[in-house]
Amino acid sequence: MKKLMTGNEALAYGAYLSGVRVGAAYPGTPSTEIMENFARYPGVFAEWAPNEKVAMDVGIGAAYAGSRAMVSMKHVGLNVAADSLFYAVYTGLKGGLVIACADDPGMHSSQNEQDNRNYAKFAKLPMLEPADSEECKQFMGIALEMSEAFDTPVIVRTVTRISHSSSPVEILEDGPPPPPEDLPLYERNPLKCVMVPANARQRHPVIEEKIKKLADYAETIAINRIEPGDDSLGIVASGSVYQYAREVFPNATFLKLGMVYPLPQKLIKEFASRVKTVVVIEELDPFFEEHIRLMGIEVKGKDIFPMIGEFSPSLIHQCALEAGLIDAPAVEAEAAATAPAVELPIRPPILCPGCGHRGMFHVLRETGVLVLGDIGCYTLGFAPPLSAMHTCGCMGASIGVAHGVAKAGVKDRIVAVIGDSTFFHSGIHPLIDVLYNESNITVIIADNSVTAMTGHQQHPGTGITLQKKTTHAVDLEKLVRSIGYNLVDVVDPYNLEKFEEVLENHLNSGKPSVIISKRPCVLYTKEKRTPPQVNADECTNCGTCLDLGCSPLMQEENNVSIDPMLCNGCGLCVQVCPVEAIVHEVN
Amino acid sequence: MKKVDILMAGVGGQGTILASNILSEVGLELGYDVKKAEVHGMAQRGGTVESHVRWGEKVYSPVIEQGEVDILLGFEMLESGRWSAYLKKDAVIIINRYRIPPPAVNLGKARYPSEEEIESTLKSGSQNILWINATEIAKELGNPAMVGVVLLGVLSKHLGGAEDVWLGVIKRMVPPKFQELNTKAFLAGRQI
Repeated sequence: MKKLMTGNEALAYGAYLSGVRVGAAYPGTPSTEIMENFARYPGVFAEWAPNEKVAMDVGIGAAYAGSRAMVSMKHVGLNVAADSLFYAVYTGLKGGLVIACADDPGMHSSQNEQDNRNYAKFAKLPMLEPADSEECKQFMGIALEMSEAFDTPVIVRTVTRISHSSSPVEILEDGPPPPPEDLPLYERNPLKCVMVPANARQRHPVIEEKIKKLADYAETIAINRIEPGDDSLGIVASGSVYQYAREVFPNATFLKLGMVYPLPQKLIKEFASRVKTVVVIEELDPFFEEHIRLMGIEVKGKDIFPMIGEFSPSLIHQCALEAGLIDAPAVEAEAAATAPAVELPIRPPILCPGCGHRGMFHVLRETGVLVLGDIGCYTLGFAPPLSAMHTCGCMGASIGVAHGVAKAGVKDRIVAVIGDSTFFHSGIHPLIDVLYNESNITVIIADNSVTAMTGHQQHPGTGITLQKKTTHAVDLEKLVRSIGYNLVDVVDPYNLEKFEEVLENHLNSGKPSVIISKRPCVLYTKEKRTPPQVNADECTNCGTCLDLGCSPLMQEENNVSIDPMLCNGCGLCVQVCPVEAIVHEVN
Repeated sequence: MKKVDILMAGVGGQGTILASNILSEVGLELGYDVKKAEVHGMAQRGGTVESHVRWGEKVYSPVIEQGEVDILLGFEMLESGRWSAYLKKDAVIIINRYRIPPPAVNLGKARYPSEEEIESTLKSGSQNILWINATEIAKELGNPAMVGVVLLGVLSKHLGGAEDVWLGVIKRMVPPKFQELNTKAFLAGRQI
């Protein structure tokens, strides 16, 4: 039987079928659904870890203990987890460990466009890259067997278009192998697993030898294959790009790489000898191209296809036409060239109606402070008309950056804004630094009580686990106070006057402080209050309320209107209206 | 087996994802190879949603190439207008006559294009435009969230496939208490 699955669903299914019993992840688009789906299978343990590094250590621990384990994350999550990945390559593992990691070419929802294939070479471990959901399922099994056979973690790399695309997956009648009946005794092997220099020096040659053996293995593995066709053109590709290229060059000879590191040199040589021209088509970095060129093979690649952005069949088609690789345009030139006759306004994402972050940003903008920001829904506070965030680099950066700005010295008053889930991810250490090394900044934890941006995942502060068990909830206020902060306030950002008063008090205190801006995400709580109404006679159409950037508020010819279908009734517009023209109906 | 490429365009929260899931399942049931691609992540916050659904003997890319779309199913007028370059010359364009103004329009900083302007933009791709008051129909049935299923009803006339195959998939994919309403919505669209 076949079932449609997204790549992420299929990765989870493959992990389950292969006997993975422990999974750990931190949410991040486009990888989030891998662990969400895995968590639903019977007999497995799956968790949201506070961050990707913790998740990686959890996976490594489970694999040390002999269980098969999966860790998943988005591409930049591997930066956070890299330290642990590198030691795990040196120590090896008892059970199989697979890292399912999703890149985001085109940056649909990311801060950069890094190509994580480089991690395989850098950390010296094998990497597989599936090209559809069926391969996502199968490659998990292959990765886990490879992990155990070669005593190494294995990365299964996807991109957004694989993770979030659906295609048929064969559903197998057999489930996973049964768990061991008895608990094993932990196999203690300090020479292999304690990475002091003396031991690590013994391990490094083992790793180099292992990569050579894996390269030999790559010659024989069926997921690396030559697909014969017209031998005038030979295309090297993997993953989603292989699928696009298959459509643009239906008759070419292909080298389809399922294992993208280490590469099969003999197979590549054989392929190159069979075709007249070798063309590498790969998104982002010239990873295959450089390797093949170093082998002394003449190859085309980034001279034809860009290093930047997501590929598509259209883009490959266009580049191939320009390079003379194909003749007949499949697209009617006139249709493709026609620009829209009218200007179509863009539709950027904005904070939702009823979002607690809006009140906070309104006050921050009005106060004129410098805001060092972080990653989450609240990053949208940078955009007009709120325009109240001035930096955002990566998870947890806000507080350290604010501290650094303060140490360099500026006239501005300084605030760091970080979400609750992001604070648990990587905000605690810099918060300690602010106190330890004394800078008088105010940190606002924008607490909407859930990991909202990625689709409402639980975190250490919610009191619920990924597998929906009730658990200890870390109290943000107590945590912050226990570090040593004594100026700490919890304030509701729906109350603008109170919020401003608290903020001024903190900014004028001359010491480091924390404000917890607490308002649960209304999309998660599904809370909806009665929308206020605009008294059209009173409204002067001054636009003050529109500066809240709230979608139900609409400028009409003579006054502002509120769409009651969209409005969540938070009442911010009632508070900011200078002529009291917006009122909550009194029943 | 003829290949069919369908592009859905709308705004986060309009039900494009459910509709594209139903459409993909129907394709699989009719014996096609099927691929579907969509970008989510920030769509919940009122952003643009695009969903590519491809039926064929063998489908490689989940993403449709420019100039290859057979049917454009537009959930919202402005979002529909963006895809003229993707249309085949004889593509069928089915548009819900419904506006969700983007932020710049609300703020009075941009103008929402008129129906005629959107039509003329799309006509640079294909002349074959069908306007549907799907949101109105869904509201009359008692739930504006049914708009996607009304549009699927319209689409089903152009795609073929037995009515009970469509209805069977819809019933399987919606909660039991909404089955009857969804059936009505689908049939209402199919009758247009």
